[in-house]
Amino acid sequence: MFDNNLRGMIDDVKDGRMDRRAFVKRMIAVGLTAPMANQILAIGGVAMAQSPNPYKPTKRGGGGPLKLLWWQGPTLLNPHFATGTKDQDGSRLFYEPLASWDVDGHLNPILAAEIPSIQNGGLSADAKSVVWKLKPGVKWHDGKPFTADDVVFNWEYATDPATAAVSSGTYSGMTVEKVDDLTVRIKFKDPTPFWANAFVGAYGCIIPKHLFAEYKGSKSREAPNNLKPVGTSPYKFVEFKPGDLIRGEINQDYHMPNRPYFDTIEMKGGGDAVSAARAVIQTGEYDFAWNIQVEDEVLLRLEKGGKGKTLYAVGGDIEFIAINFTDPNTEVDGERSSIKTKHPILSDPKVRQALALLVDRESVKKAIYGRAGRTTANYLNGPEEFVSKNTKWEFSVEKASALLDQAGWKPGSDGIREKDGKKLKLLYQTSINGPRQKTQAIVKQAFQKAGIDVELKSVVASVFFSSDVANPDTYSKFYADIEMFQIPMTQPDPALHMRRYHSRNVATKENKWQGSNFPRWVNKDFDAAVDAADTETDPIKRADLYIKCNDLMWQDTVVIPVMHRLAVEACSNTVRPALSGWANQTDNLQDWYRET
Amino acid sequence: MSQYILRRLMIAIPSLLGISLVLFVVLALAPGDPFSELATNPNVPPEVQAALRAKFGLDDPIYLRYLHWLVAMAQGDWGFSFVSRVDVDTLILQRLPTTLYVVGSSQLLALLIAIPVGVFAATRPYSIFDQLANTFAFIGFSLPTFFTGILFILVFSVKLDWLPFVYTEVPGSGIKWALEMIRQAIMPVMVLGLFQAASMTRFVRSAMLDVIRLDYVTTARAKGLGQAKVIVKHVMRNAMIPVVTLIALQIPAVFGGAIVTEQIFRIPGIGSLLISSILANDTPVVMAVTFVFACLVVLFNLIADVLYGWLDPRISFR
Repeated sequence: MFDNNLRGMIDDVKDGRMDRRAFVKRMIAVGLTAPMANQILAIGGVAMAQSPNPYKPTKRGGGGPLKLLWWQGPTLLNPHFATGTKDQDGSRLFYEPLASWDVDGHLNPILAAEIPSIQNGGLSADAKSVVWKLKPGVKWHDGKPFTADDVVFNWEYATDPATAAVSSGTYSGMTVEKVDDLTVRIKFKDPTPFWANAFVGAYGCIIPKHLFAEYKGSKSREAPNNLKPVGTSPYKFVEFKPGDLIRGEINQDYHMPNRPYFDTIEMKGGGDAVSAARAVIQTGEYDFAWNIQVEDEVLLRLEKGGKGKTLYAVGGDIEFIAINFTDPNTEVDGERSSIKTKHPILSDPKVRQALALLVDRESVKKAIYGRAGRTTANYLNGPEEFVSKNTKWEFSVEKASALLDQAGWKPGSDGIREKDGKKLKLLYQTSINGPRQKTQAIVKQAFQKAGIDVELKSVVASVFFSSDVANPDTYSKFYADIEMFQIPMTQPDPALHMRRYHSRNVATKENKWQGSNFPRWVNKDFDAAVDAADTETDPIKRADLYIKCNDLMWQDTVVIPVMHRLAVEACSNTVRPALSGWANQTDNLQDWYRET
Repeated sequence: MSQYILRRLMIAIPSLLGISLVLFVVLALAPGDPFSELATNPNVPPEVQAALRAKFGLDDPIYLRYLHWLVAMAQGDWGFSFVSRVDVDTLILQRLPTTLYVVGSSQLLALLIAIPVGVFAATRPYSIFDQLANTFAFIGFSLPTFFTGILFILVFSVKLDWLPFVYTEVPGSGIKWALEMIRQAIMPVMVLGLFQAASMTRFVRSAMLDVIRLDYVTTARAKGLGQAKVIVKHVMRNAMIPVVTLIALQIPAVFGGAIVTEQIFRIPGIGSLLISSILANDTPVVMAVTFVFACLVVLFNLIADVLYGWLDPRISFR
């Protein structure tokens, strides 16, 4: 019913019978948000309106220095090698993608002349190709023109296995060809409803062909410009010291009018998050500090009468507890947590539901995340149109105890539940990180109240997230009963986020534990929904499929969402950054300015 | 003498080889992965992380990796950082001047405080001055630098707003630039220098006290020499022998940087390079920094021994 109405309305907008503002208003009336309404219009074939840009300065430059503090300094400046977000942020100071994600999760053209849509012929109905028109007259910092050849080259560069590019996944499964000097066409092997991955955002940054052509493949490391970027951005490169400092100066030939506002830019690295927050909020030595994962209590104290404040950007990052569906203590063919086994305790859905009832998300939010977290029952928390309204969570020791009683786990003499002479004992692992250890403590307390014995384990992050096949403590080997960490959502689309739990992706010894489905959960309905969504070109049906995926995960208690985490930054009271929960912090750097 | 030095150098080679082997094995056995940050990024398929490991040789057996490293090192190739893909020697040379400036100044400060205070305290043992100097020395070396560092930041940056607590290399030259460089180095140099000065004062004082009681000092006094001349020319000259050794052994630390203090003040020195490389499992950088440090320790031990013989002719080289 709703579906048909919506489709009718989209057609009305397309044919001009209804203006888009009225459409958005109606959508808000039925409980959707404005960005979602816009997204629906865009995929429904109506050109997407970019969010109004609050950029105020009326001339280029004159803004003095902009001082950024990244408590982990960028270590390299080639976007295709960027291992962590810090490197992506650093590279983004000098390189630009075709488009970036704005505050509301819309595409904002940077090097593209316009955002591809069905109207302008950029998108095809079968979702198998995208045509990008490039902005004319864009120059690299060394004066050479930016053309379609550069764009095609970046695809060649990233997909060459000898280059060892981190971005190779972003550019696989497609071919990129030049149509003319200012037009490129991406052809996908399979229908790709979410087409805005290649050449967009962090791994979409484009490096110049004329400086890197010789260094494609195995010589990639030797390129002198790995350390001296020549890009198209508002700031030209001045100096770089890995892990410590990046310095840039204004690009007087920048391709957007009145931009940038600042004359110089500096990104300083090192130290820790608390003192970074202090340098921005309390002493004002710096204008902006990134990723302030500090307890809210500390931030509130710093903010009292300080020179800055904290900013929050809503994305889809989710901190959660995953449940192991296989047995970590039985070895089958030299493999623990083998898909051929069943977890002796947790394969019972009642026990899993009981665990979910014992995670007190409100207390975790109050005690740890504060303004930087939102409680949720969903694994998928954005963008709006993909968020399920069918789920709910609660914290109740009584209900959990009742469920455990039903499942046959009766309290023993020492208060710990047992069944057939076996104790209800769980190993709960996570990476070493202040908030995570505190969450562990809160969860353990509730588990114990319900008669579950919990052993806590924390592993150094560089080991926990390692792909070292020989190491038993990695999250993907999952030699524990439950484990907790965060999976970020790097783009406003759930495809990659949800595909992870497809049964073909189960982590096994055979795939060297590279399978992304680490809970080793297998569900035919989920597989079918993910497969269908992967090629579904109807945006509304596609969103429904992902909501279904989320709901299946919720019904089956595959993961217990602990916190929908927001990105926290510290910012001077006068600087107006352009941030988005769907992009890196520096992704819209051209729009930053200072209020005077 | 030259034979002695030559022999010592020859002995140094196997010990350095041994050190490098131990370092390498410990680093290789330490679990972890320089590419762990990629793990949760849904944009990067897990195969990419595994391909990078294979490409950088992290999946090879340890003995093979060690041999590769040794052969390359012998040819002057220090390898490249897994994290920044920059040559290791470039990284180290980039960081060295800052460490030399900050840690060097702090050592100098420590000497400038320790020698006069230690000497003066030793000439008047158990006087008020000596008691005060002792008390401060005890306080000084019982307070760790991470504590004094944060205390200084709270007092001088946050409360008084006099000094910046983030150390950055400012571009430019001229007097204004020099003043800025000094201003931002004040706190870290103080923190490190005072800590060093505290223990060194105690050392100078006891070295002086050992000598000041000897008969030849009494003789010098009996000859009618003035107090200043006795202390400076007769006592200090001999008392300084162990102090010189101590200083010589401190010099490798000047090159090695100060891990904690550099981290607190964000000083881009060798110490912060080392700690961030350790945290990132960046083996080639950790290996190079620690190995250079080991070489310096061996070298300055030798220098200290040679100096000892030169200062005290009673010691002969055999």
